[in-house]
Amino acid sequence: MSGLTLPPSLRDVEPVRSIRTPARLDYTFTAGEATSRFLRGIAARKILGERCGRCHKVILPPRGSCPNCGIPTSEQVELPDRGIVTTFCVVNVKFSGSAMELPYVCATVVPDGSDMGLFGMVQEIPFDQIRMGMRVEAVWVDDDELTHDLASIKWWKPTGEPDADDETYREHV
Amino acid sequence: MRDVAVVAFAQSHHVRREQERNEVEMVMPVLHQVKEDLGIDQSQIDFTCSGSTDYLAGSAFSFVMTLDGVGPEPPISESHVEMDGAWALYEAWVKIQTGAADTALVYAYGKSSPGSLRDVLSRQLDPYYVAPLWPDSVALAALQARACLDAGVTTPEEMAEIAARSRRAAADNPFAQLQGSDDPAVLLKEAELAAPLRQHDCSPVTDGAAAIVLAAGDRARELSKAPAWIRGIDHRIEAHSLGVRDLTVSPSTTIAAERAGVGDRPVDIAELHAPFTHQEVVLRRALGLGDDVVVNPSGGPLAANPMIAAGLIRIGEAATRISRGEAGRAVAHATSGPCLQQNLVCVLEGEA
Repeated sequence: MSGLTLPPSLRDVEPVRSIRTPARLDYTFTAGEATSRFLRGIAARKILGERCGRCHKVILPPRGSCPNCGIPTSEQVELPDRGIVTTFCVVNVKFSGSAMELPYVCATVVPDGSDMGLFGMVQEIPFDQIRMGMRVEAVWVDDDELTHDLASIKWWKPTGEPDADDETYREHV
Repeated sequence: MRDVAVVAFAQSHHVRREQERNEVEMVMPVLHQVKEDLGIDQSQIDFTCSGSTDYLAGSAFSFVMTLDGVGPEPPISESHVEMDGAWALYEAWVKIQTGAADTALVYAYGKSSPGSLRDVLSRQLDPYYVAPLWPDSVALAALQARACLDAGVTTPEEMAEIAARSRRAAADNPFAQLQGSDDPAVLLKEAELAAPLRQHDCSPVTDGAAAIVLAAGDRARELSKAPAWIRGIDHRIEAHSLGVRDLTVSPSTTIAAERAGVGDRPVDIAELHAPFTHQEVVLRRALGLGDDVVVNPSGGPLAANPMIAAGLIRIGEAATRISRGEAGRAVAHATSGPCLQQNLVCVLEGEA
């Protein structure tokens, strides 16, 4: 505050150093036609990707367009709920609202036959044994907890199969 | 200066609420249409520039998802403005002027329906003294309308005539959200929404998208039989604080119009981005348009006002009339912010 000369009427007043102006806006999210198809599948324990008719890649989760070609995806593809960890991070910071025990692992899992991965957690294995190329399968919530939400997959757990060869997921790292 | 023209334009069928499609699904058809109309694909576009805002979508980096509708592989030269698409077009025009591009795809979209638009728009205000009060966009426009009425700039009767004329003109516009109108005398019997504004004085809340392709010189002539040449374009901004502005005038529009050369030759039509009826009067005066100029033959924003796209659509509508030979010289105007805060003016002409 040095160098600032206040008018006499404000000389004895405590200066305002900060203000709080809370703001909140509520939105009604529209998933869109393609993502709605995907989310309806998730609520039925199905992982539904969509294939691009031009580059033939399977887009997951589908959002209506092939991000390579810029055209609508044309064919629905049911994918298995198992695949490989292509990249992951170990979370050591507690986020508000999270009940997860630290540390835990977030990962990108590419289901077999997909060209894109899903975000999820890897559990049922010590965090320091998780690695790229590890084969995992989805652990779904109970039937009465299934929703149109990726939270329907509680986490991914190791299948015990041999790790995937580096070359098979080179495009994803 | 390089000659740059609008060679293609497409817009969505504007609606109050796009219930089924997400943003990329809403934008893709107009992106595909402009390229199909020209018989080109993304590889023949040198520069791509979009306008959108996360505040409408309610999510961060929302423009990245709609880029998925462009076809950015192999990698493209791309940019984005958090403003109306008219400013994205300005950036593309500058890019072409530098010689770094001969063609540009410009697109913009606004899905206002997910949130409460009147409240969302309050977030663009001064964050210390104004935004904490949450003045909504219609209330601020009403303050401006009151100032205009008190200063004798316009009358409620003239405002009602602008509303009726605009929505009747939109009867010929298949993309308009509102078409047709009661007589002005009937409109004036409506209750006030935010005094002195009545419902008819306000643009509708709209979900929609638009795309334009720009091309330079001979490339424009190759792509289009009737390019709409941009003869001048400029944009200016008013002081940020509403309290220091005279809301009954638009000096930023006047300066932009002078720089764009609006007054150099007679104007046939003008597409003005005036989301509220009284603002059309302010803009006509600021641009120096005579009574013989046809204003908003498309119906203008009073017939469909997709946030972020509506200014770009003014340029597209003006260009379409040039290309069809319905006008020889047209003025397009875009605005952004509260009470005509920022203004862009573009002059378009047919082949000389």
